[in-house]
Parts: sequence; C-alpha cells; structure tokens
Amino acid sequence: MTEQKSTTHELGSHPDWAPPASTIGVIGWIRANLFSSPLNIGLTAISLWLIYQTVPPIISWAFIDAIWTGDSADACRNEGGGPKAVACWIYIDHWFNFLMYGLYPKTEQWRINSAYILLIAGMIPLFIPSFKFKGWISVFLLLVYPVIAYFLFAGGSFNLPDVETPLWGGLFLTLVIAITGIVVSLPIGIVLALGRQSEMPIVRALCVGFIELWRGVPLITVLFMSSVMFPLFLPEGMNFDKLIRALVGVALFSAAYMAEVVRGGLQAIPKGQMEAAEALGLSFWKTMGLVILPQALKMVIPGIVNTFIGLFKDTTLVLIIGLFDFLGVIQATFTNPEWGGFHTTGYVFAAFIYWCFCFSMSRYSQHLEKKLHTGH
Amino acid sequence: MSEQILETQKPAKPPIWNDPVYRAIFFQVLVLGGVLALGYTLVSNTMHNLERQGIASGFSFMKTTAGFSILMNLIDYTESDSYFRAFIVSLLNTLLVAGIGVFFATILGFLIGVARLSSNWLLSKMAAVYIETLRNIPLLLQIFFWYFGVLRQLPQPKQSVNLLDSFFLNNRGLYSPAPVPQEGFALIMWTVLASIVIIFFMTRWAHKRQAATGQQFHTFYASIGILVGLPFIATVIGGFPMTWEYPTLQGFNYKGGLSLIPELVSLSLALSLYTATFIAEIVRSGIMAVSHGQTEASYALGLKPGPTLRLVVIPQALRVIIPPLTSQYLNLTKNSSLAAAIAYPDLVLVFAGTVLMQTGQAVEVISITMGVYLTISLLISAFMNWYNNKMALVER
Repeated sequence: MTEQKSTTHELGSHPDWAPPASTIGVIGWIRANLFSSPLNIGLTAISLWLIYQTVPPIISWAFIDAIWTGDSADACRNEGGGPKAVACWIYIDHWFNFLMYGLYPKTEQWRINSAYILLIAGMIPLFIPSFKFKGWISVFLLLVYPVIAYFLFAGGSFNLPDVETPLWGGLFLTLVIAITGIVVSLPIGIVLALGRQSEMPIVRALCVGFIELWRGVPLITVLFMSSVMFPLFLPEGMNFDKLIRALVGVALFSAAYMAEVVRGGLQAIPKGQMEAAEALGLSFWKTMGLVILPQALKMVIPGIVNTFIGLFKDTTLVLIIGLFDFLGVIQATFTNPEWGGFHTTGYVFAAFIYWCFCFSMSRYSQHLEKKLHTGH
Repeated sequence: MSEQILETQKPAKPPIWNDPVYRAIFFQVLVLGGVLALGYTLVSNTMHNLERQGIASGFSFMKTTAGFSILMNLIDYTESDSYFRAFIVSLLNTLLVAGIGVFFATILGFLIGVARLSSNWLLSKMAAVYIETLRNIPLLLQIFFWYFGVLRQLPQPKQSVNLLDSFFLNNRGLYSPAPVPQEGFALIMWTVLASIVIIFFMTRWAHKRQAATGQQFHTFYASIGILVGLPFIATVIGGFPMTWEYPTLQGFNYKGGLSLIPELVSLSLALSLYTATFIAEIVRSGIMAVSHGQTEASYALGLKPGPTLRLVVIPQALRVIIPPLTSQYLNLTKNSSLAAAIAYPDLVLVFAGTVLMQTGQAVEVISITMGVYLTISLLISAFMNWYNNKMALVER
C-alpha cells in the first residue's frame, strides 16, 4: 500500500486500488451481515446462544446418544424400566412395516408397492419439461390410475384376495385419503367455481352457499357428520364403509377450498378471452373447456399444490373417527405394553416423514410460481 | 338510412330451446329441482331412520339434565345442570383456547416475520428454519407431541418443576399464583375505565388541535402516563387492595392459585407455534409490499425513522396484512376443534362427542356445532369486508 502511495501517476491514470480487505471476502460478508451495528451484534449473540442451546442437544439426542442397534425395546430402557431420554431408532425398525402398511397382509403388500411404482413412473414424465404427452399422462393419472389402484388395493377380482378396508393403514392409508381427496375435489371444485361465476342467480346462490358452508366449519365436524349423520341420510339397510364415509367428507371439504382456488384463476382471465371465444361462436362448454379453463387452471397450479399440502396435513384428523392413518398407527404402537413410552421417537419420525412430503411439495409449488410468472 | 339497415338486419329471434334467457331458466329449474329432490330424499330417509331408532327430533333435549362432569369450566357447572349449560361451558372453553392462541400467535408471528426480514443473516435464517419446519408438520401431530410427548412425561406433582416457588409445572398442569382482589379493588377498575375515556377525548382534542394549528401533542406518552398513573394513584389511595394466592402442595396435587390443565397448555402451545409460522409469512409479505420509495420519500420530507415506520410504512403494510391475518385467526379457531383428540373439553369433544353419545340427537347436535363455527366465521368475514371497504385505496 505504502509503495503505491509513494509512486506518482499522471493525472487521470491512477490505477484502481483493491477495496479494503474488511469489506470483501468472508470477513466483509461477516461484517456486513452479522456485525454491522450494535443492534446487529446483539442479535447475532442471541441467535448464537439459541443455536448453542438447541442444536447440540438435538444432534446428540438423534444421532450420537441414540440407540441404533438392539433386538427389543429393552435396549432402549433404563434399569428401572423407564425409557431412556434418547432417540430409540430400533422402534422404527421394529414397527416399520406396520407404520407403512397398517394391518395390510404381508403377502399382499406387493399390490401397494406396485401401485406406488406405477404412480411414480406416471409422475416422472410430468416433471420433464420437454416431454410431449403430458396431457395424456395427466388424464391417465386422474382417470385410469384410480380405477387400477382401487382394484389392486381392495382386491376381490382378477384372482386377488379381498382385503377389507379396516386392514388398510399407515402411510398407505394417508396417501389413499390425500390422493383420493385431491382427485375427487378437483372436478367438483371446478364445477363449483364455474357455478359461483355464473350469471344464473339460483345456481350462483347454491354454489356460494355450499362453498361458504364447508369453508366455515372445521374438518373435524365434517368428519363427525360423515360418521354419525351419513348413516341416517341413507335408506334403510344401505350402509357405507367407514373409509368411504371419511373420503366423502374429505372430498367435499377440500372441493370447497379447491373452488376458491379455481375462482382465483377464473377471475384472473381477462374478459376479452371470453368475448373472443363467444365471437368465434363457441358454446359455453367449449369456451370453458378450450379457452378459459386451460389458462385458468395452469395459472392456479401452485394454489392447487398448496391445497394438496393442506389436505395432506389434514388427513391426520381421520384418526379421531377411528381410522388408522400414519399418525393413527404411530398412536397405536404406544398402546403396546412393550413399546409404550417412546412417544418422542415416534412423533419425531412421523414429523420427519410429513415434513419431507409437505416441504418438497411447497418447494415445487414455489418453483412453479416462479416458472409461471411470465408477466412483468 | 343506417337505422333502416339495422332495423332490417336485426338477428332473427333464435328458437326457444336456443334462447339464452329461456335456457338459463330451464337449467336453474333443473338444478333447483335436483337439489330439492336430493334434500327431500335425505330428509325423508333421516325421518324414517330416526323413527325406526325411536329418537324424537327437536331441541327439547337441551333442557334435560346433562349428568356428566366437565374437566374445566369457566362458569359454574355441575352434573345436574342442563345440556344447554354444558354447551355454553364447552363453547367458552373453545373461545378461551382460541383467544389464547390468537394472542400468542400474533406476538410470535410478528416477531418472527420481522426477524425473517432482518438484515442479520443468522437471525433471518433461523426464522426461515422455524417457519419451514413447523408449518410443514401437521398440527395434530404437534398437539400430540406437546401433550403425550412432553407434558404428560413431566414429573409427578411432588417432583414438580419449580420456578421462584410460585410457578409449578407437572404432569397435572401448570400452576401459577392468582390475584385475589380485596375490598376497594373496584375503585382501581373504575379509574382504569375513566382513564380510557380521558385518553379517548384527549386524542380527539390533540387531532383537532394539530389539524387547526399544526402543533403536535405527545398523545402516545400522555396516554401511557394516564393509563398507568391514574390506576397507580388509586392503588396507593386504596392501600394496595390485592393479594396473591400461591399454589401449595396438598396431598397429591397443588391447590389454590391459577391452574391450567395440560390439555389447555399443549393445545394453546401447538396452536400458537403453528399459526405463528403463517402469520410470520403474512407479516413479511405485508412489509415487503410497501415499496422502498415510500420510506425514501418520507425521509425526504424530513420524517425521522420512528414516525416513518409509524405513519408511512405500517399503515400501508397493515392494509396488506389484515385480511389474510383475519383468515388465519379464523383457521386457528377452527383448528382449536382438534382439542377433541387430546380430550380438552371444547365444543366438539363435549357437545359433538359426549352429548351426542348420550342423547343420540345426531342431526341437531351436529347442526348446532357446525352452526356455531359457521357463525364465528361469518362474523369474522363480515368484519373483514367492513375493514377492506374502509381501508381500500380510494383512487381517482
């Protein structure tokens, strides 16, 4: 530095000096982002203290002190018989099949697995931007796949043994409820949204009433209603399985939310589109199906994914009416006298699985939002 | 000439089955007929089924004796009270947990939302981790975690977690000292009321004066002074008419003081922590929606950072924040119905659970329960519409 200062330069040809070392690189970044003012220094200190208080105990609970090997629950217990205050991963190992499939017979679980594989294989092309036949794949996934999956899961035909729905459980049941809910609620939601936008007063009033009714009540009362009131609604002697009743409740509930999402898309389409389609002589359904809905639905895909995330989290509520979804089977394992008391391990594992699903979906929806944001 | 052409070239009236007016009427009659037919089938099936099961419909059951006890009641309630009183007790419990949840979720949500925007990298990232973790885990799982995983695993009352000999935490709940008003306490309440009235008129006077003369008045500090000062003077005059009742260990549990059952604690904790993540995101987007030019313009006008925040940024951010915030409050209230899963005596557990089981009046009980939530949500959305109209930008 001193050498540079001592040399003389012609006027206007002074070389650029490097910025001060304290404003660039790691040190500069730390100064700018962590220690820029007394308030910032204090906040950094508090944050560091909070991290120190939480992160090391969690790491030692989950990894360092955790029990990874053992044959039975005794490995996780103190001499007194109480559970040790660390993660007991052999609990997961022991119950894994139950947590994934519930009481579904072990010899028949290949049916679930093959349905999973088919679903994933069908979804992969949807994530490849250059893939051509996305429309057909979507139609297959929305219309054909549910039928295949139903015959695979329930059995009773094609030489597949019958598996009663009370045996369905675990993560499998959670996925069944969530995916059925979204697949059924999408068309109902579109119809309701169109009805709400309609110019016919009676149709509009019915749709608004339906949407506001379901959106105004908690899902749990809907589930209670579907489990105690549906049997009363049906003619004598006719009865539905508990799972179907829950599915109807979940589907109607999420249809109301879906309708509001779709309405957002419909409102965002300029009126000129509608007028242009009418000027071309298209009928109402052709206008909607070929012009308005393709644009509106594409616009609300992130909203649909967000509704799906909410629905996925809400499926846990079915355990209150006695279905054994993923959280339900976790609760059930704690009633086992040998494995009681490992609540924290069970809940952390469940939380991790739910988090993986929801977080990846929310990231995907954010990615879509960015991709679809072609405007200003 | 041109009028003539228009007259002659008027489109021919379409046949009646293609006329939009008649078609609309036809479809609406069809839809209405379908809905009415469905409704009639459902009602007649229900009537038939109820008759078969020997259940009399109607709301007269609300007057009969309930005969069960409720774990927590804010108003007096005994087993010999009617179902109606049980309904009120459970409704109050729902409103209580919703109120607690809204209070803490708002505070936590605003703090985390602001932290997320902080220029401090560490703080901002910690807030992000908090938001992304908790909002992607189902609420019911969080309630279970706090209830079965944490609070129920706490030590027995004899080995309670003891804070300053006045707060005790054990597997039966949280115990804290309770204020006991003595004679003359009413005077303090009256002065609080009086100071609120004084502040109201003072604020109006200060606004008028500023509008007329441009002179500012320190309304905020004066209000704080009045609100704290007057009741304090009243307290001193009354000779400190309030004592604290401390919880003490008697037999197997603590007696006296305020006690919060673990169901309430875990439910409020989970509701606030979960909803705070959504509120934080709302606050963040609200503040980000106010463009930086607003702040710069305000500085250029000579406003200091404090007034800039208070008079320029926050009022504009609130316009964006309030509508989604109210819908989060609504969600929280609806989510409080998850109480049924951990047996907190809220509306769903007591009314849609126990009362329905005892009376068998499924239709009436479920309708009332849904009606209550629907009323709350309609009230909140009515408020939201009113607020939106009041706050909407008046454009030229």
